[in-house]
Amino acid sequence: MNPSPGTTGLILNEPLLWERGRPGRRGASLPAADVPPSPLETELCGEGPDFPDLSEVDLVRHFTRLSTWNYGVDTGFYPLGSCTMKYNPKTHERQAALKGFAAAHPLLPAPLCQGALRLIWELENDLAAITGMDAVSLQPAAGAHGELAGMLVLHAHHAHQGRQRSKIVIPDTAHGTNPASAALCGYRPVAVASGPEGVLEPAAVEALMDEETAGIMVTNPNTLGLFETHIREIAAIVHAKGGLVYADGANLNAVMGIVDMAAIGVDVIHLNLHKTFSTPHGGGGPGSGPICVRRHLEPFLPVPRVVQDGDRFHLETDRPLSIGRMGSFHGHFGVMVKAYSYIRSMGAEGLRRASELAVLNANYVKENLKKDFHLAYDRPCMHECVFSDERQAPFKVTTLDMAKRLMDYGFHPPTIYFPLVVHGAIMIEPTETESKEDLDLFVAAMQAIAEEARTDPEKVRNAPHRTKVRRLDEVTAARKPCLIG
Amino acid sequence: MRYLPHTSQEIEEMLAVAGVNRLADLFATVPESCRRHSPMDLPAPLSEWALNERMDALAARTAVAPEAKVFLGAGSYDHFIPAAVDALAGRSEFLTAYTPYQPEISQGTLQAIYEYQTLACRLMGTEVATASHYDGATALAEALLMAIRKTERRRVAVSRLVHPHYRQVAATYLRPAGYEIVELPYRPDGTTDLSAVGREGDLAAVALQSPNFFGCIEDLAAGAAAARGAGAMLVTGFTEALAYGLLKNPASQGADIVAGEGQSLGLPRSFGGPGLGMLGTRQAHVRSLPGRLVGKTVDQEGRQGFVLTLATREQHIRRERATSNICTNNSHCALRAVMYMAAMGKTGFRELAALNHDKAAYLKQALAGAGHRIPFARPTFNEFVVDFGAGFEAIHRRLQDAGIVAGLPLAPDYPDLEGCYLLCATETAKRQDLDLLVKEVSQ
Repeated sequence: MNPSPGTTGLILNEPLLWERGRPGRRGASLPAADVPPSPLETELCGEGPDFPDLSEVDLVRHFTRLSTWNYGVDTGFYPLGSCTMKYNPKTHERQAALKGFAAAHPLLPAPLCQGALRLIWELENDLAAITGMDAVSLQPAAGAHGELAGMLVLHAHHAHQGRQRSKIVIPDTAHGTNPASAALCGYRPVAVASGPEGVLEPAAVEALMDEETAGIMVTNPNTLGLFETHIREIAAIVHAKGGLVYADGANLNAVMGIVDMAAIGVDVIHLNLHKTFSTPHGGGGPGSGPICVRRHLEPFLPVPRVVQDGDRFHLETDRPLSIGRMGSFHGHFGVMVKAYSYIRSMGAEGLRRASELAVLNANYVKENLKKDFHLAYDRPCMHECVFSDERQAPFKVTTLDMAKRLMDYGFHPPTIYFPLVVHGAIMIEPTETESKEDLDLFVAAMQAIAEEARTDPEKVRNAPHRTKVRRLDEVTAARKPCLIG
Repeated sequence: MRYLPHTSQEIEEMLAVAGVNRLADLFATVPESCRRHSPMDLPAPLSEWALNERMDALAARTAVAPEAKVFLGAGSYDHFIPAAVDALAGRSEFLTAYTPYQPEISQGTLQAIYEYQTLACRLMGTEVATASHYDGATALAEALLMAIRKTERRRVAVSRLVHPHYRQVAATYLRPAGYEIVELPYRPDGTTDLSAVGREGDLAAVALQSPNFFGCIEDLAAGAAAARGAGAMLVTGFTEALAYGLLKNPASQGADIVAGEGQSLGLPRSFGGPGLGMLGTRQAHVRSLPGRLVGKTVDQEGRQGFVLTLATREQHIRRERATSNICTNNSHCALRAVMYMAAMGKTGFRELAALNHDKAAYLKQALAGAGHRIPFARPTFNEFVVDFGAGFEAIHRRLQDAGIVAGLPLAPDYPDLEGCYLLCATETAKRQDLDLLVKEVSQ
C-alpha cells in the first residue's frame, strides 16, 4: 500500500490584497494614448475606486500563494456526491482560449460568427442524442438556472393549455434548488417521501397527483444513488392528470448510453455540463445547465434559438410561445466549447464506458466500506452511494468529524448531511476518472478513520490538524457578518 | 481513452468485489423498459490532434481582431487582459475546485472571493456585494425580485434605456409570479424620463442603467429622488463596469441596490458568456440578498480564515423560501475580476477608464465632424449613438463583408431610431482604425 497523499509541508502565509500594495505601483501596462484627452464634465466624475496598487510580482505571488491553500480535482480525489467531480481535460482550456471563440463578440452579425453558431447547434444535437430528447437549449447558465428554465417551460405549457396549476410534487431526496426553482414560478412544492427501498412508489405519487399539480420534479438516478425503478409508471400517473415530468439530470453521469430519458417518460431534463461533461467547476462556477425537451415543448424553449438554414446558421428570437430570454446573451459559450470538446473526444462508446466505470467505482467503494460504515440502503448503487455515521455515533464521532479527518489523509471529503432523508449522510461519488489504486487509498483512509473513531475519537473530533486553517467559527461569521475588508 | 484509467484486469477485480460478472450487470436495477436499445448517435471520437484541427477550423469562422474591426459594445466590451490574469486564473487549484463548502481546504478561493467582494464594493460604492451571479441581466432580475420582497409591492418601473436583453430577462423572471413591469420612456437628451415615476404609485423599484444602453450617463441622483418620492427602491444597473473608474459610483448617488455586468474586468467576451453578475447593496439589506457570500472569521486557534456565510438565505437550507434558487454561480469569473482590478490598481483603472472615454469621444467628434448627427447630447462613456440616416443598411452590410462591423443597428429594439447605430471604442481601438471607420461610413 502506498502512503496516503496527506502530509505536512510548507504552507506560506499571505496577507490580504490591500495589505500588500503601495500607492504608485503598477501591475499592468496601458497602451499609449494616440488620441487627445477629452475630459468628462467634472460634476459627473468621482474619485474612482480605491483599489490597491500592486506590482505584477505582488499580484502573482499573492494569488499563487492563495491557490496553494485550495484543493482541486488536479490535486486529488474529490468524492463529492451529486457533484461529479471528474477530471477536467487540459485540452478544453486550449480550445476555449482560441481567439475565434474567446474574443468573439456575442452580437456579431450571423455571417461573421458561423463557427460559434455551428458549435452551439452541434452541441445541442449531441445532447439530444445522449438523452434521447428532441430539442435542447444551451441558454441556462447553471443547473439551478436550467431548473428554472424547465419550470418556466412547465408554467408556459400549462398557461398555453388554458389553465395554470398551483402545485408541484418534489421527492424528499431532491436538491434544495428544486423547490427554490419551482417557487420562482409560483408553484407550491408538495413533498413526496421515498419508499423503504429508497425509491419513489407509484401509489405515493398517485395520492398527491391531481389536476392542480403542474407535474413532478424527479432526480434519476436519485440522490441516494438509486435508479428510480418505477419511473415509467410514475410518469404515466403524472401524464394521466395532465402533468409533466421534469427530470433533474445532475446524476446523468450514471446512465449515458444506458437509459433513454424520453422512453422513461421525461418531458424536460436539465443537464450540468460542469458535472457530466467534465467542464471545470471553477471553485463555484461558471457552469452550464442546458435543458432538453420532448418535441411538444420545443416552442416554449428560451430565445434566442440557433437555427440551421442549409449550411448556414442564424439566431432566431421571434418565438411567440417562448418563455423568453434567460441571460444577457447566449448562455455560457466558453463552457459549451469545453463540453463539446469532451463529447467529441469521447464519442458514444467512450461516454457509455464512462458511465459504466463510474458505476463500477461507486459499487467498489460501497462494497469495501460497508463493513465499517452503515450503508443506508444496501442495494446495488449507480454512480454514488450513501453511508451514515450510525456506527460511529456511540463514540460521539460525527459525519462532520470524519469528513474533516479525511483532509488530513489528503482527500476532499464527500458530500455530507445530504440527502436529508439519511441522518448524518456521507455521500460518495468517485466518478470514472479515479483509478483502482486511488480508490484503494481512499478506502484505506476511511477504514483508518473508522478505527480512529473507536480508539482515538478525540483526534477525529479535532480534525483537521494539517490544513492551512483548522475548523472555523461559522456561527460568529453568520451572527456578525464581516463581508468586506 | 486517456481519461479512463482502468485496465481490464482491474475491471475484473473490481467486478468481483461488486459481486457481478460483467459491467452490464451493474445496471440490473434499470428496468428493461427504461433502456436505450441503440447506441447514441454521435460522431466518432477524435484524437487530441484531430480535435485541435476541428476546433481551429470552427474558431477560424468567427470575425475577431485584428483581422476584423468590430465596433460593438452593447454589453460586451473588448479590453486588454494582462497575461498574469490568465496565468493566475488558469491555476488548476482554482479552476478544478468545487464550491468552497469545506473551508479548511478552500481558503484560496474563499480569501480571493472576500477580496473580490471588497473591491466590488469599492467599485459600486455599496456596503456589501455578493460572491457573483451569472451575468448582468440575471443580477438585475434578482435585484428587482429583492426589491419586491423588501417593499412587499408587486410592480417595478424599468427604464427603456436599460439593455433590451436585460429587460427581457427581467420579464422572464418576474412575469410567471405575476409581477408587473412598467417601462419608463427616454428624453431627447438620451436619459430616462422619470416624470411617470410619481404617477405610477405602488412601485417596488425604479431601475436605471448608467451608462445606459445609448452610452449616456444617467442622473442617478435624480433617479434616487424620484424613487424615494414613490416609496420605491432605486436599482441601478450597468453593462460597462470600467465606467466607474471615472464616474461617481452608483451607491453614492443614492442607489439602494446595484446590479451589473463585470465582463470588462478581465473576462474574455467569449461570444457572450460566461460573464460576471455583480450585485451589491447596503449592510441593512444583507439578509435579503440573493446569492453566496463569503465572510471573515477565525479558526479554533484564533487564526484569520474565511467561510461561506449567511447560508440560511440559500436554497440548500431554506429550500422554497430561499432568497434565490442560485447554487453554482460564476465564482471563477469573480476570481478573474479581482485579479484584474488588482492588476490595474487605483491608478491604472482610472487611467484606463479615461483612455476609453477619450477614444470614444474622439470617434464621436470625428463622426460629427464628418457630418453625421449625434442624436443624444448627454455625455457618454465608451459608446454612443450615431444617426447614419436611412439607407445606411447597405453600407453597413458592405463594410461587414470587408470585416468591419460599424456598430449595432438600434431599430430592432427601438423602432423610433431607424438609421441609428450604437458604436463602441475601447482602449484597444487604434486611432488609425477609428479614422478608417469614419472614412468608410462617410463615403
